[in-house]
Amino acid sequence: MNIWRLVVCEIKHRNLNFVMSLLSVAVAVASLVGAQTLLTTDRIITHRLLSAKEAEVEQAVADERAAVEKAGQELQDVMRKQMLGLGFNVLILPDSQSLSEIHLNGSMSATMNEDYVDRLANSKIVTVNHLLPSVTKRVQWDEQNREVIIVGTRGEVPIAHRGMKKPLLAEVAPGKIVVGHELHQQLSLNEGDVVTFNEREFTVSKLHDERGSVDDVTVWINLAEAQEMLGMQNQINAILALECECAGDRISQVRTEISGILPGTQVIERYSQAITRAESRAQAKASAERALQEAEASGIAQLALEKKTRADLEDRHAGFAAILVPLVILGAIITITLLALANSRQRTQEIGILRAIGLKSRQLMQVFLIKAGAVGVLGGLLGVSAGLAIGTMLASGEAGGIRWTEILATEGMPLVLLAAPLCALLLSGVASWIPALLAARLDPAVTLQQE
Amino acid sequence: MLQLENVTRIWPGNPAPVHAVSDLSLQLSSGEFVAVQGPSGCGKSTLLLMAGGLLQPTTGDVRINGANPYTLSADERATFRARTVGFVFQQFHLVPYLDVLDNVLAPSIAVPNTSSNVRQRAEELVEHLGLGHRKRHVPGQLSSGERQRTALARALLNQPQVLLADEPTGNLDPDSAHAVLGYLKEFAESGGAVLLVTHDDRALPFAQHVIHMHEGQVTPA
Repeated sequence: MNIWRLVVCEIKHRNLNFVMSLLSVAVAVASLVGAQTLLTTDRIITHRLLSAKEAEVEQAVADERAAVEKAGQELQDVMRKQMLGLGFNVLILPDSQSLSEIHLNGSMSATMNEDYVDRLANSKIVTVNHLLPSVTKRVQWDEQNREVIIVGTRGEVPIAHRGMKKPLLAEVAPGKIVVGHELHQQLSLNEGDVVTFNEREFTVSKLHDERGSVDDVTVWINLAEAQEMLGMQNQINAILALECECAGDRISQVRTEISGILPGTQVIERYSQAITRAESRAQAKASAERALQEAEASGIAQLALEKKTRADLEDRHAGFAAILVPLVILGAIITITLLALANSRQRTQEIGILRAIGLKSRQLMQVFLIKAGAVGVLGGLLGVSAGLAIGTMLASGEAGGIRWTEILATEGMPLVLLAAPLCALLLSGVASWIPALLAARLDPAVTLQQE
Repeated sequence: MLQLENVTRIWPGNPAPVHAVSDLSLQLSSGEFVAVQGPSGCGKSTLLLMAGGLLQPTTGDVRINGANPYTLSADERATFRARTVGFVFQQFHLVPYLDVLDNVLAPSIAVPNTSSNVRQRAEELVEHLGLGHRKRHVPGQLSSGERQRTALARALLNQPQVLLADEPTGNLDPDSAHAVLGYLKEFAESGGAVLLVTHDDRALPFAQHVIHMHEGQVTPA
């Protein structure tokens, strides 16, 4: 017989008291470990979420960069093409060409030599980019018994000192015809159809959509064929110069430069609402940069918001734990003390007789403190397990679940898990110390005389 | 063996202190069985507690085997008690969660260096007192007589020189009382000293000497 057996038998006999004490310690330790586990999982989840968010933002910015670059490129292409209709283009005409004829009839009668365009192309001209020589006449389409505007074009003539640029307009191949909207609608033409135009056969190569201009009643054929049909060999009516690059009083600059190269010509602006290509490119670039900046700013803002949200959540949890854990531990100390006091009161007679048969006060204290130690160790281990399990379980719903091994690998957590049972032991010992001391000081003469 | 010289015990009280025992002297030799008889409240139990080293007299000396236990510290006195004195009480005072054998063995906690065959002695005592079939039963499962015999076995485990019994037959039926008193007499006959306090007349034939007490003092029979 020894004190250990005495303690074990007492625990078995008064198991409710032991279990209650054990649970008190376990709850206190579980709250401590659980809170620490939650705070740790908070940090893990925050790290995960922010990493994912950063990757997401980086991807979004990269996508946005690619998208705006693509959009910018597309915009530039669109703008380049729109320049034909909307850009600042000029028409170079013989001096003798009546503007009234052009505006009223859509036709031109004055001509100039076709080599004018070559002269211009071989000059050092800087104010225009693309050169399109053409003949334009209002003629009777005999086979269809109607008037149309016929335009002969040979496509763009490259400006020699600039190198070849991407052409805005392709030439119309010999034997081919491009038909305006109203004409092909009225004549029920389709691409590939063969039409006879004033005794010459052409294959329809393209049908234009509606433009709402004289183009809708125009046909385009190869320049050489047009010159032949119209009896205008080596003659042209106009040179369309596209995408003029000049600021301020643009038309006067263009006129000055062209008149120096092609004397006896006049220059008129075509479509005054034009937007300069430079402006369009600058706008496209600015738009792309703005979109990119917005994407980056949005990403940074989202990250900052996520960080703040997580920091707020962690602060709330930490604040909650800072209040709850000490309260639970205090509650556990009070509970264990009361349970130990109740236990010592319940055991007054037993303590009296043990004292009477010779147990020293130190041995009686041991009886209580060994039990307190068992409560502390078992309650501590139970609390650590429960705290870790509950903390992990609570965290498993977030961020795709967190394994307990991941939590254990977190800095400081092993120390907490090792310290918690020791704290439990200390807690149980402190709470049981006074009841043990009171028991050890019981006067057997008094207790044994109590019936 | 046991000597009380002019012991007095005064309990503080209101309006006046209570003299539980007044100037009482008593001497027991080895092999002597003395019964102290008197009505309830006459100071019998106080006398027993003082004789057993559990309650220091207000005045007077107590000597067991020539030593005054009250000159020792509380823990030294506890060890001294464990080695020299055995107690039996009316209320048995068994440890409720220990079985018969463990209750009998409980004093060995206090004297861990007693003979290594303490368990064997406990078994022998249990058998001798007729509790062999009950040794794994806890007090709640025993009759009053069995409980008192368990308490007696516990008192005898460390082979004390003095056995102090406080109304040991108070809660027992005649047969059990007779058996317990027989064991006390047997202990005295084996060389021990027994001081029995009781108001039970059934005990008197077993004692060699009977002392009558009244209001804390010895009175003529």
